[in-house]
Amino acid sequence: MKVRASVFASFILIFEGIGIALFLRGFFPVPLKSSVSSKNKLSDLPAEPLTGSAPNSSRLPQPLFKRVVIMLVDALREDFVYGANGRMYMPYTRHQVERGSSHSFVAKARPPTVTMPRIKALTTGSIPGFIDVVMNLNSPALLEDNLVWQAKAAGKRMIFYGDDTWVRLFPKHFMEYDGTTSFFVSDYTEVDNNVTRHLDSTLKRDDWDILILHYLGLDHIGHISGPHSSLIQPKLLEMDDILKKIHSSLISKEAEGSLPYLLVLCGDHGMSETGSHGGSSEPEVNTPLVLISPAFKRKVGLEKPAAVEQVDLTPTLALGLGLPISQNSVGRVIPGVLEETSLRDQLRFLHLNGHQLSCLLKDSMPDHEKEAGFEQFRVAERAHGSWMKLFLEGNTSEVLNNMGKKVLKQYLEALAAMSSALSKQLGKYDMYSMVAGMVFVFQLLLVLLLAMPEALSGAAAVDLPVLPALLSLPFYLLCLLLASVHVLVCTSTESSCYFCSLSWGLVFAAVAFSSAMFCILVSMATRRLPLGPKIHGKSPLGGSSGSEWSLSELDVLLLAGTVGQTLSLAASSFVEEEHQIWYFLLNTLCLAVFQDVCRKYFREQSGSGDEEEPILPSKDCHPPAHPKAEICSEKWLALATPPFTLVCCRLLRSLNQTGVQWAHLPDMGHWLNSSEHRTVLSLLAAFCLVLIYLLVQRRCSWVSKVALALGLLGVYSYRAAVGNVLFPWQHSGRTTSKGTVEARFVYVFILGILFTGTKDLLRSQIITADAKLKSRGLWEIYSGLVLLVSLLFRAHNLPVLCCCLLIQTLMAQFIWKKLHYDAAQTTIMHYWFGQAFFYFQGNSNNIATVDISVGFVGLESYVEAPAIFLTALSTYAGPLLWACHLVCFLSSQRDRSPVALGHGCYCLALLRSVPAAAYIVLVTALRYHLFIWSVFSPKLLYESVHLLLTAGVCLFFNTMEQSHSSSKS
Amino acid sequence: MWDHEIRAMASTHAIIASSVFMATVLPAALVPGFSVYGTHLLWLYSVSGAVTAVSVAVFWLLGITPPTKKHTVGFKLSRLFRSCLYFFLSCLFFHTVVVLYGAPLIESALETFSLAVLLTSLTTLRCLCVLGPNVQAWIRVFSRHGAMSVWDTCLQITVACTVVGAWVGAFPIPLDWDRPWQVWPVSCSLGATIGFLTGLVAAPAWIHYHRKHLTYKCK
Repeated sequence: MKVRASVFASFILIFEGIGIALFLRGFFPVPLKSSVSSKNKLSDLPAEPLTGSAPNSSRLPQPLFKRVVIMLVDALREDFVYGANGRMYMPYTRHQVERGSSHSFVAKARPPTVTMPRIKALTTGSIPGFIDVVMNLNSPALLEDNLVWQAKAAGKRMIFYGDDTWVRLFPKHFMEYDGTTSFFVSDYTEVDNNVTRHLDSTLKRDDWDILILHYLGLDHIGHISGPHSSLIQPKLLEMDDILKKIHSSLISKEAEGSLPYLLVLCGDHGMSETGSHGGSSEPEVNTPLVLISPAFKRKVGLEKPAAVEQVDLTPTLALGLGLPISQNSVGRVIPGVLEETSLRDQLRFLHLNGHQLSCLLKDSMPDHEKEAGFEQFRVAERAHGSWMKLFLEGNTSEVLNNMGKKVLKQYLEALAAMSSALSKQLGKYDMYSMVAGMVFVFQLLLVLLLAMPEALSGAAAVDLPVLPALLSLPFYLLCLLLASVHVLVCTSTESSCYFCSLSWGLVFAAVAFSSAMFCILVSMATRRLPLGPKIHGKSPLGGSSGSEWSLSELDVLLLAGTVGQTLSLAASSFVEEEHQIWYFLLNTLCLAVFQDVCRKYFREQSGSGDEEEPILPSKDCHPPAHPKAEICSEKWLALATPPFTLVCCRLLRSLNQTGVQWAHLPDMGHWLNSSEHRTVLSLLAAFCLVLIYLLVQRRCSWVSKVALALGLLGVYSYRAAVGNVLFPWQHSGRTTSKGTVEARFVYVFILGILFTGTKDLLRSQIITADAKLKSRGLWEIYSGLVLLVSLLFRAHNLPVLCCCLLIQTLMAQFIWKKLHYDAAQTTIMHYWFGQAFFYFQGNSNNIATVDISVGFVGLESYVEAPAIFLTALSTYAGPLLWACHLVCFLSSQRDRSPVALGHGCYCLALLRSVPAAAYIVLVTALRYHLFIWSVFSPKLLYESVHLLLTAGVCLFFNTMEQSHSSSKS
Repeated sequence: MWDHEIRAMASTHAIIASSVFMATVLPAALVPGFSVYGTHLLWLYSVSGAVTAVSVAVFWLLGITPPTKKHTVGFKLSRLFRSCLYFFLSCLFFHTVVVLYGAPLIESALETFSLAVLLTSLTTLRCLCVLGPNVQAWIRVFSRHGAMSVWDTCLQITVACTVVGAWVGAFPIPLDWDRPWQVWPVSCSLGATIGFLTGLVAAPAWIHYHRKHLTYKCK
């Protein structure tokens, strides 16, 4: 089956998008959420189970503790307390663990072992993933049902001192708070003193119920010098002293008759042997959990602390304080804490916890009936009911006690089963879906690579052996094999898997598709093999015409840059600072182009002058004839273009500082946005808009020209209405509005321009086969896009758009056309420019730099679909504008190379899928990396959205080429 | 073919390389507190000074510089003056290029300019020594198939190695390792020096292995 290169490329990209979507689904587990996003209320609690009918005997559980002090020490590792050095590090704590009335456990934290997700886990009891971070981009506050909210709702008075992450997560929840920032990692004394300084006065007072302390110093020491440094011991001794102080104060305050206190010492995560954290190694995951309260039995000797989950603390604290357990908690109550209460209360507590877990299970799993834990819970609940009946009848025999013990055991088993079933769904990579996605993507990438010689040939058509592949025996064998593998994997894995939960039809389609791709791959590979040396000679940059092919310096640069950039994605710093790489490559590219230009204009003539005598190039500049003068001016313009581009890039680079390491440096953008420089910003914006108009209008019809001019005026007035810029007759003290009217005014013109463009395109396609009309239509669509982007860009970013258009115009005029770069080279250059402009406009690989306010331009309130569309468009404006310019440029070059569009489309697809495919492998390999959630995952999202957009652009290419071939016929 | 030239080239390069070595070792012995990272600019200037002095001396002794028609003192002086001017212009050119690559414009201008001086003394100075202050010849040598003697090829290789070395040297800067050699412009100048030394070794070796295939069209 012969398909055109552009069709082939778009097809591959679309399927790669599906593969990556599957990968993402496996990589980011969907968080468990109750279907109703409300918060549990005390009144909603289930009644005590009782066979027979006596509902009014049901009672709410009494709280166990009056006051709770939670002392959270960041990066407190389990062996700092329980290990051999524990006696030296934390003597008082150790004494309490061994001899005091306490319970001690090893609490296992879930990766990512980073502070913020861990705080969320401790307060909500759920296991937050990366998707949570993305979903809560708008609001840093924790909206989920959580312990702190519940405590506040129940009227508990809370005080917090420590890491200001808590303050951001729970604004207005604390009666009194003092947040310390963890910004300066090198400071490990001051951060802790800032917490401790409030302690004495707070402990003397009686007006609080819950005190939370979060100490950061230990974590900072770990980051500086590791867990074996000499700084560790003094810090831990300090922590120990604080614990002693709190404990003795709590003891002295305790009054006879009232409920006892509870003192909790815990860590949010541990630290690895190098002192960092984030991964899932034992020392990072294991944290100590010490509960001290007079309500507990006094210990007689050292016991090995039992292992619990970190999230188990949440339901334990909730029940201990008499609060409802938060809705999404997957923890189970720690039974040791309840030991001293009556059997009835113990059962009641376990029942409440079990009820909450079963509700969550019901909401999050479609086949919850099959879960063993769910069934166990039902049985235990029934047994509980009959026990209650006997109990209320006044039966107090030994038999009843034993029966109660049995029910207790049943409850505990049910809780364990339900909790593990729930947490298996969370915080775990769904490897099977990830691998399946990866296999898809790589098959497609290999097919794309193997098709290179054909796709870049003069015909720009790829011969896909689809039918022979479908009819061959290996295809059916492979289908069977893959289907059996699928069944095997799905029946053997314990954890849930997205790919397994798909319907059979879809899975079968995927299996058939994958085996067909494999057969196609093999047959294409065998077809290439005998021609081995020939393929070798033809590279992506070989060009369609070159019979003898050699790499020029530019080709080497383009290839090495693309490969090197892909490889650089493996280093987290390079992902954070990816813009540096693109700027660096772009600069080098401009210099290489400059060299090419110099060579063309200086060498050519010295070559022609070889026969006569070597002449100075400057002599050429004063020829008498008119055409020669034109050539001369053109030559100097061409020579000036690359340096001009370089200067533009350097200026744009200082417009928005982005990345991580140097993001704090002052940049032009901030300077322009400060209120004193509003006049400068206004002038700059006006100048840029005028320049944009001049650059865009030259190839538009007069209707679009007028629309464009009015639209750009509208853009300025929108910015003035929002308050970014000033009209000359205005004063800065004016009230600002949302600018809805102005923005809608611009939208009207954008739609008008797009409509004229489409009309021209259609006319050129159907009525007259007029190439001129067509290129005008294309340019009008492009100018519509430019107008939209100029509306969405912030005022200080308008120079980016302006420079983009300027560079495009100059490069197209003097470089790409004149130096006879082929479609592949031009495409790679466009792609590089697009990438660099992505970062010029202030983006980075961090989710935080996405400008969400764009989603509200011209809208009264948040409407999801247009908001997402506008945000994506403005974020990817750079790459999109360059890709659209590529379409315009290549289709205007048609008379030179009729298949340029096909080549360009193919190269664009290749350029996008190579890094995307490499990146998903890298991410899979680095999935336990410290920065997987903070650095690599956001980049993964950026990559996949970019792939999606490129697929869209390729489809656009496709329609352009289609109309071209139809107009030719 | 060209065995004589290759031998001369190898020994010249050995002398220049040893001058780089001495410029690193001698100050370390003489100046207290000298280190390549700590007192980087001092090291940088000592290397560029040593390379400048040694190259000028060696190439003058070898007499590779194209013979000039005139031998008047005035012509020689103007030649010297032009060489100095080109040297300074080349420093400015490298400085501009490095700033275009993203070096801060004002903040660490001294460091940037020092790097430009080093690059100039490693690249432009050799051109001045071999080709003289003659832009035409430079353009010829650095365009494709422009080499007309073994020395031209050698010049191409060493210059390319130095520039690529400095280029590659910029890559470790964004990494968050916090090492002393990641400070601007240490990695770039080290890269340039290492590239230059590689070029010194690679040029005679490459010419030696390709001596059968090398053909130069004569003027």
